[in-house]
Amino acid sequence: MVYTAFLTLFSHWRRHPGQLLALVAGLALATALWSGVQAINTEARTSYAEAAARLGQDQLDRLSRADGRPVPLADYVALRRAGYLVSPVITGEIRQGDARLRILGIDPLTAPPEAGAPALDGGDIDLASFFAPPGVVLMTEDTARSLPSGLPPILFRDGVPPNAAITDIGTAARLLDQPDPSYLLVARHQPSGLPPLAEATDLRLVSPGTDNDVSRLTDSFHLNLTAFGLLAFAVGLFIVHAAIGLAFEQRRATVRTLRALGMPLRGVLIAFGVELAGLALFSGALGLILGYAIAAALMPGVAGTLRGLYGAEIPGTLSFDPVWALAALGMTMAGATLAGAQALRRTARMPILAPANPRAWAQASARGMRVQALAAAILLITGAGLALFGGSLLTGFATLAALLLGAALILPAALGLILRLASGVARGAMAEWIFADTRQQLPGLSLALMALLLALAANIGVSTMVGSFRGTFIGWLDQRLAPELYVTTTDSEQAARLLTYLAPRTDVILPIVSVETTLAGRPGEVFGQRDHATYRDSWPLLQALPDAWDVLATGNAVLINEQLARFADLSLGDPLQIADGVTLPIAGVYSDYGNPAAQAIVTLDRFAVTFPDIGATRFALRLPAADAPDLARALREEFGLSEDAVINQAQIKRFSLDVFEQTFRVTGALNILTLGVAGFALLTSLLTLANLRLPQLAPVWALGLTRARLARLELMRSLILAALTFALALPFGLALAWVLLAIVNVEAFGWRLPMTIFPLDWLRLFALALVAAALAALSPALRLARVPATTLLKVFAHER
Amino acid sequence: MNVKIWTVCISLLATPLCAQGFAGLGTEAQGFAMPERPALFSFPTDHGPHPDYRIEWWYLTATLTGADGTDYGVQWTLFRSAIAPGDSQGWDTSQLWMGHAGLTTPDAHFSAERLARGGIGQAGARPDPFAAWIDDWAMTSTAAAGADALDALTVTARGPDFAYDLALAATGPLIFHGDGGYSVKSDQGQASYYYSQPFYNVTGTLDLPDGAIAVTGQAWLDREWSSQPLSDQQDGWDWVSLHFDNGARLMGFTLRGSGGGAYSSATWISPDGTVQSYPDGALTMTPLAQTEVAGRTVPTEWRIELPDRGLDVTTTPLNPQSWMDVSVSYWEGPIRMQGTHPGRGYLEMTGYD
Repeated sequence: MVYTAFLTLFSHWRRHPGQLLALVAGLALATALWSGVQAINTEARTSYAEAAARLGQDQLDRLSRADGRPVPLADYVALRRAGYLVSPVITGEIRQGDARLRILGIDPLTAPPEAGAPALDGGDIDLASFFAPPGVVLMTEDTARSLPSGLPPILFRDGVPPNAAITDIGTAARLLDQPDPSYLLVARHQPSGLPPLAEATDLRLVSPGTDNDVSRLTDSFHLNLTAFGLLAFAVGLFIVHAAIGLAFEQRRATVRTLRALGMPLRGVLIAFGVELAGLALFSGALGLILGYAIAAALMPGVAGTLRGLYGAEIPGTLSFDPVWALAALGMTMAGATLAGAQALRRTARMPILAPANPRAWAQASARGMRVQALAAAILLITGAGLALFGGSLLTGFATLAALLLGAALILPAALGLILRLASGVARGAMAEWIFADTRQQLPGLSLALMALLLALAANIGVSTMVGSFRGTFIGWLDQRLAPELYVTTTDSEQAARLLTYLAPRTDVILPIVSVETTLAGRPGEVFGQRDHATYRDSWPLLQALPDAWDVLATGNAVLINEQLARFADLSLGDPLQIADGVTLPIAGVYSDYGNPAAQAIVTLDRFAVTFPDIGATRFALRLPAADAPDLARALREEFGLSEDAVINQAQIKRFSLDVFEQTFRVTGALNILTLGVAGFALLTSLLTLANLRLPQLAPVWALGLTRARLARLELMRSLILAALTFALALPFGLALAWVLLAIVNVEAFGWRLPMTIFPLDWLRLFALALVAAALAALSPALRLARVPATTLLKVFAHER
Repeated sequence: MNVKIWTVCISLLATPLCAQGFAGLGTEAQGFAMPERPALFSFPTDHGPHPDYRIEWWYLTATLTGADGTDYGVQWTLFRSAIAPGDSQGWDTSQLWMGHAGLTTPDAHFSAERLARGGIGQAGARPDPFAAWIDDWAMTSTAAAGADALDALTVTARGPDFAYDLALAATGPLIFHGDGGYSVKSDQGQASYYYSQPFYNVTGTLDLPDGAIAVTGQAWLDREWSSQPLSDQQDGWDWVSLHFDNGARLMGFTLRGSGGGAYSSATWISPDGTVQSYPDGALTMTPLAQTEVAGRTVPTEWRIELPDRGLDVTTTPLNPQSWMDVSVSYWEGPIRMQGTHPGRGYLEMTGYD
């Protein structure tokens, strides 16, 4: 019986393949975007977790120096001799031009089991050769594609983090020229009878999870992606809701007939449920495939972004995770249930002999509209409150969510109001009818229009942010990258020869020295630079003492980047410790986009005194721009420097812009997809309405309006609604941009950008919205233009 | 990393099991110094490490008694193992160190292990003033000036759930095994330098989960180094150090050949420190009872005979489950002897895999 009912109901789709397509496409799109984003996030997170687990970061406490410098070897030995189970790690990065390799030097003799050091039982490692010079380094085959020179023999091992090599601590000490451990891992179980570790050492004990690890740094990025994924999913559900609603309305008569034939209600509901579940499963599977494809296509961009912006290494490839697939399918099922719940409920409540009268959906009552508007107002006020008083990334995103949801919810009421006002000033019966009829249609279209509003607002917001960012960033790059050439030497001996060679050939040589350290408790870098007009003229200072450069030149002050100033809440004149016993007042704050880490600048002399073991191997050269290419070529030939070791300004700018573009490529792609999905939602809604509106249009046709005219009016109505929606989306989009720039960016990256508006972009988007609406309305309008007169007549013939 | 595999190998270097495991060890000692006859010792220098030899150990066993008469046993061992001959400072050292500590009670056996590399001060040994250490485990000389450095020692170690602190005072001289300290280990000529201080009286404290226990007793320190101590035909050994109630002592071992043969050696130490060495075949060790220990069958009761001294004793362990649960595990624990020469001693058995 249920089977028969199922077959009967399902036959509907055979007669309306377009609807079936809309339903499947909606579910598949929603699943695809959501699961694609989740796949990217999962892959990245797994990759961080692997990297962290490699050294037990996720489980083990660590000891490090408060100033971020290496732990003296003697301190390590003293702790061991006092009985504590700690294990040294020497880690650092080898850079040669673009080739970068993170070296993780572990001591297998003392590493706690949780540290998960590599298995040395692979057969190709001779134990003696692992420990004895020159040692061996373990890495993946991917990592080995681009490597700095001078490495010991390489062995391939799966599971080593990307762009990293694991080796014995002795080998790492030699490669990095650093005998002291970078930090100490603390075994979880210490021997009995010892005083607590914290009492035995001045080193800073950092518990897992509280450290500034990669996953925390990149959280904002993934939250961002997740938000977009959810938005896309929600928009996709609008389509599904529309398609299911339409199918339900059209099958009212069938359901009534089935019930009249004696089919119990439960049977009908089961048949509907099975149908929905089957469709959701099928579409979800389709969406999974699509989502995987989207994620795989975006993955290299995401990997590039994470590397460029956060220094986080993840593979540019995607692996299939069954948990991910199941979760996404579950999400699809839940979404389909949500979208179909209304239809099922109405079927359940339908009186057995009620006239099967398809109306243009249930008219939203004025009361319903008021409730929705009230909810919207509350959301918007909450959003404003969060924006004003929230202070974290999460409240930033909560503000975004409140803003978007509020905007969507208030849309029907706002449109209704506008239309009512418009009909007030409308002259002539025709115009009044159009406005009244449009208002009457609003409830049916409101979901699709809300989707359109979300997509438009997100588009405006994100493109304003990206545009503002790009403009500021390019200007800043121009200022900051003033030197014509940048040269990196391999060692100080080569640097000395280079300087002799360069002296007569350049105007100025500006050494660049830096050391990785901890600033105000965060990982950061201290730079030393010479006092020179290059910096005085072009370094972009956001805040500065009146004579900041002169104060800096005395060696008794420090410049810090905006990130550090914001994170540590530092301002002009505040003291900053840059090394043990060296604390300097802040003379200025400079903007430093694209860098997540804290940074401070002192003079070259101050740097040399504070960090005596670090010599200059990088140099910025000033010379006539026209001579730069020749000198670059000469340097490469004369000193055998690699392509990457001599970089001209233009190359750096290109590289920086590439990183920048990578960062927003993903966002841009998701944006376009969302808009596409919204257009599709509009199409399905209009299709739904088109069939149901015949009873309303037939009298107008009977009064003498031609079908072609009616169709044109339908088209126009869609355009008007899209235009009005756009008008509402604009302020919300700008508000969105403001939240992104002033709250989310500051929290996520530590810098604030001036907001620039791009009216031309809006025009483009406006045109896009109209095109989308026109495309969506075209097919229903055409159908109306060609509807046989008999069909319209039937409206009067069938007294339903 | 697979510490297990790695330590299997360094342990192989450091115990007679190496014959089977580590490429090259049983056959060639590339670049390492080899023990030579006659053995010429120079103290205190030879109490310290010999980095030109591949392996070396400082091996202390103590049979102890608490105030209530309960028997205990303690083991403290520091192994040195070289990847290449010679020593250097810093991370590039070729010297690796391993410590084992054991504590046996009638109902429990505790063991712990430490690994470290030389060159940075975390582990090592020095002749003067004598000390051997790894982390906070240490064997330190407290001997008076002019006396042999090993005449008085403090020995400490700490595991996850136990610790001990012992003071040792020797009542007799160092004794030398084999041919004046040149101890042959197979009929193919493999040998080591081997001397002992078997005359210690001990006082000290054991820290057990239930509290501290004051103990007294006797101890025996072995010093041994070599580069190729075993034949590749040998796969394990059974070794005893025995303190007889009459004041005499016996060191004896049997190296079990993989073909079923055995190579034995013994040193009889009179109460006055006079030494007599016995060649292969003089001592016989016969398993009497087997025990299931850590999934293996291990002979824990033995009959030991040295007819030349009229010795015929059977041994029973204080705790048959005296299993050293370290990277290369073995049985090591205190025993008592009954028969012609009652007394107490220590039994070590390796290679029961």
